[in-house]
Amino acid sequence: MCVRGLNYNQMVVNQMSDAEIDRVFHALADTTRRDIVRRVLVGEQSVSGLARRYPMSVTAVQKHVAVLEGAGLVTKRREGREQKVAGRMDALRRAEQLLDEYERLWRDRIDRIGDVLAEPTDGEQ
Amino acid sequence: MGVTGVAKDLEALTMTVTAEFDVSAERAWQLWADPRQLERWWGPPTYPATVEQHDLRAGGAVTYYMTSPEGDRHRGWWSVREVEAPRRLVVEDGFADADGNPNSDLPTTVMEVRIADRPGGGVLITIESIFPSLEALEQLVAMGMEEGLRAAMGQMDGVLAA
Repeated sequence: MCVRGLNYNQMVVNQMSDAEIDRVFHALADTTRRDIVRRVLVGEQSVSGLARRYPMSVTAVQKHVAVLEGAGLVTKRREGREQKVAGRMDALRRAEQLLDEYERLWRDRIDRIGDVLAEPTDGEQ
Repeated sequence: MGVTGVAKDLEALTMTVTAEFDVSAERAWQLWADPRQLERWWGPPTYPATVEQHDLRAGGAVTYYMTSPEGDRHRGWWSVREVEAPRRLVVEDGFADADGNPNSDLPTTVMEVRIADRPGGGVLITIESIFPSLEALEQLVAMGMEEGLRAAMGQMDGVLAA
């Protein structure tokens, strides 16, 4: 699973244009933004939680997060009134976990389909 | 026979399940085209599905509900986008409120089914699920897990009451 995650990430890097690489370097050329990336790579953070760590307003933190998001380094999602920020690798890992759950659902469905198809029907089998 | 492969695209948020069965394409098509067969595999035994409306034509609708162990009905719908019997079906699958009206606050999934003949006989069924966003996927799984947990708790109640 980790190997696959890595492959996806390498794919992403290989597909980056010069403009995209410029955005990444610009995004990381700021101490606060580098610190945000460090924190969200460990685990998802709320924007308000991040704002408490820096001597700046929630709005200012939101602007930093927007720059990181534009560079594809973090992803943002809404949970109730909270805005949650996660590292991009984190997002890929989360996607994999969630799709694994969906895989279980479909494997169960295919098992049941097998049972239905195994039964004789009126016409053709 | 059964699942032969599962492929996930983490960037595009799609999952493709392939399965093989020793039946004809027409027979496999009935799994979707016959509401009585559909309801036997769509929901888990703890949340059996009941199909009400079933108009499997482009632009048509399929409506169903899943009954919880407590007897609560969770309603869902398909909006049928493409139908090429017995080869291809594309539907949008979503949730509905208690009156059966589509709930636009909850995410929808696109399901694309393809049924192909295998050279040696039997069929290869490909089912692709397409999710609109990570947030939507998160919400869908949370709802599914909640139902699984509630089903397990319902069973526990039964054990404790015995």
